[in-house]
Amino acid sequence: MAPEHLPDAETQCRQLADLIRPHLQQRPALVGIYSGGAWVAERLRELLGLTEDIGLIDVSFYRDDFSEKGLHPQCRPTVIPFDVEGRHILLVDDVLYTGRTTRAAINELFDYGRPASVGLAVLADRGGRELPVAATHCVWQAELAAGQSLTLARSEGEQTHGQLAWRLENA
Amino acid sequence: MHNPQLNSDGKLSHLLSIEGLPKAILTQILDTAASFMGVSSREVKKVPLLRGKSVFNLFFENSTRTRTTFEIAAKRLSADVINLDINKSSTAKGETLLDTIDNLCAMDANLFVVRHASSGAPYLIADHLRRIGRNDIHVVNAGDGRHAHPTQGLLDMYTIRHYKQDFTQLRVAIVGDILHSRVARSDIHALTTLGVPEVRAIGPETLLPKHLDKLGVQVFHDMEEGLKDCDVVIMLRLQNERMNGALLPSAGEYFRHYGLTPQKLALAKPDAIVMHPGPMNRGVEIHSAVADGPQAVILPQVTFGIAVRMAVMSIVAGNS
Repeated sequence: MAPEHLPDAETQCRQLADLIRPHLQQRPALVGIYSGGAWVAERLRELLGLTEDIGLIDVSFYRDDFSEKGLHPQCRPTVIPFDVEGRHILLVDDVLYTGRTTRAAINELFDYGRPASVGLAVLADRGGRELPVAATHCVWQAELAAGQSLTLARSEGEQTHGQLAWRLENA
Repeated sequence: MHNPQLNSDGKLSHLLSIEGLPKAILTQILDTAASFMGVSSREVKKVPLLRGKSVFNLFFENSTRTRTTFEIAAKRLSADVINLDINKSSTAKGETLLDTIDNLCAMDANLFVVRHASSGAPYLIADHLRRIGRNDIHVVNAGDGRHAHPTQGLLDMYTIRHYKQDFTQLRVAIVGDILHSRVARSDIHALTTLGVPEVRAIGPETLLPKHLDKLGVQVFHDMEEGLKDCDVVIMLRLQNERMNGALLPSAGEYFRHYGLTPQKLALAKPDAIVMHPGPMNRGVEIHSAVADGPQAVILPQVTFGIAVRMAVMSIVAGNS
């Protein structure tokens, strides 16, 4: 896929919110995975009109490639501002790829308590799974070459109103 | 000259001293420690980073607090921790330091936390590991002689950053026996590297090393003058054994001149914080009213120390 044909990430956030809206009676708690997933989760919170603060997970301490790559040089604190025990949790990420980040995030979540359920909402699913992980809600089945890297970027400026946009890089 | 603490990629593989470490590495350690702070308040107070790894605490010199906080830190990283009380074991039977290390390597050690009365002992071990090709084993200095106590220096920096945010506007005073203090040396290197514009050393001439000015430190023998408008006051423990030498007249005399009382602290800024690496001698270097007062952050230092040691161990263990 050529970079100029990338879909609009803000539109996709609204579509993702539409997919989640019918399930709000479960009172799901949103947990964004740094960094792209945190931005999407914050956007979903606005679009769905949720009043509760979102959780934020940095999976650096739970990654499975620590022995090869060492600790990520820039890790941010994981913040879970609600009681995980018994809650329906919706993990939010920008891109679902190998599934390893999702695995790490679920492991970290369980160190805070036993949730009633864990779902996964993503803007893009680019295939290439290495673990039995699937998204609960997804708006874009992205077809990309293995060497391509798809990331979400947020425009600089007023923190909460930074626009989200896709970046595609060829490795 | 090659810094023996860094691997070929310039990443931290051993923590031996703060001297010579770039600001970026110090900041990375402090940022990582901030992420570890939350782990202690969870349901499960552990992360799996060092699962299956063995951390050996080698304390050739006693220290309950440092050893305990290293042990807690390693356990919160899910490592297996083995405490060796060296004084009571092989060394007493005549085994050399490096023979001890070779034996522990044969027991599949992954990380050594070393406290030793001789300056340079952790360097000797790191150098030995390099020579025998064991780049996968890491050394963290937990205090060597008068030389360095880098994790104490880092937890002091974490404490200062926690309460004061910006290093570049601060006036920091270190008070007491700087001559014999590895904590003071590590603090001075860390403070200057992180951009603190004014570091002061306060103490009697007999307890201050010469040439402190070459480290960019201002020297004061009058405590009242030295404390003026300081943002941070770091008190050092007066080691009792110094009293026996000719360095000091008496504990009472020392307290009159260099003990931190509420009156003297009032000369610093109103929001100044008071730090102490412990163990404290109340009534010798610090008045109880200050030690237990609202400006003291001595117990938070201990808590921060666990997160800082988790950060240091997880960073070096990942950089083979």
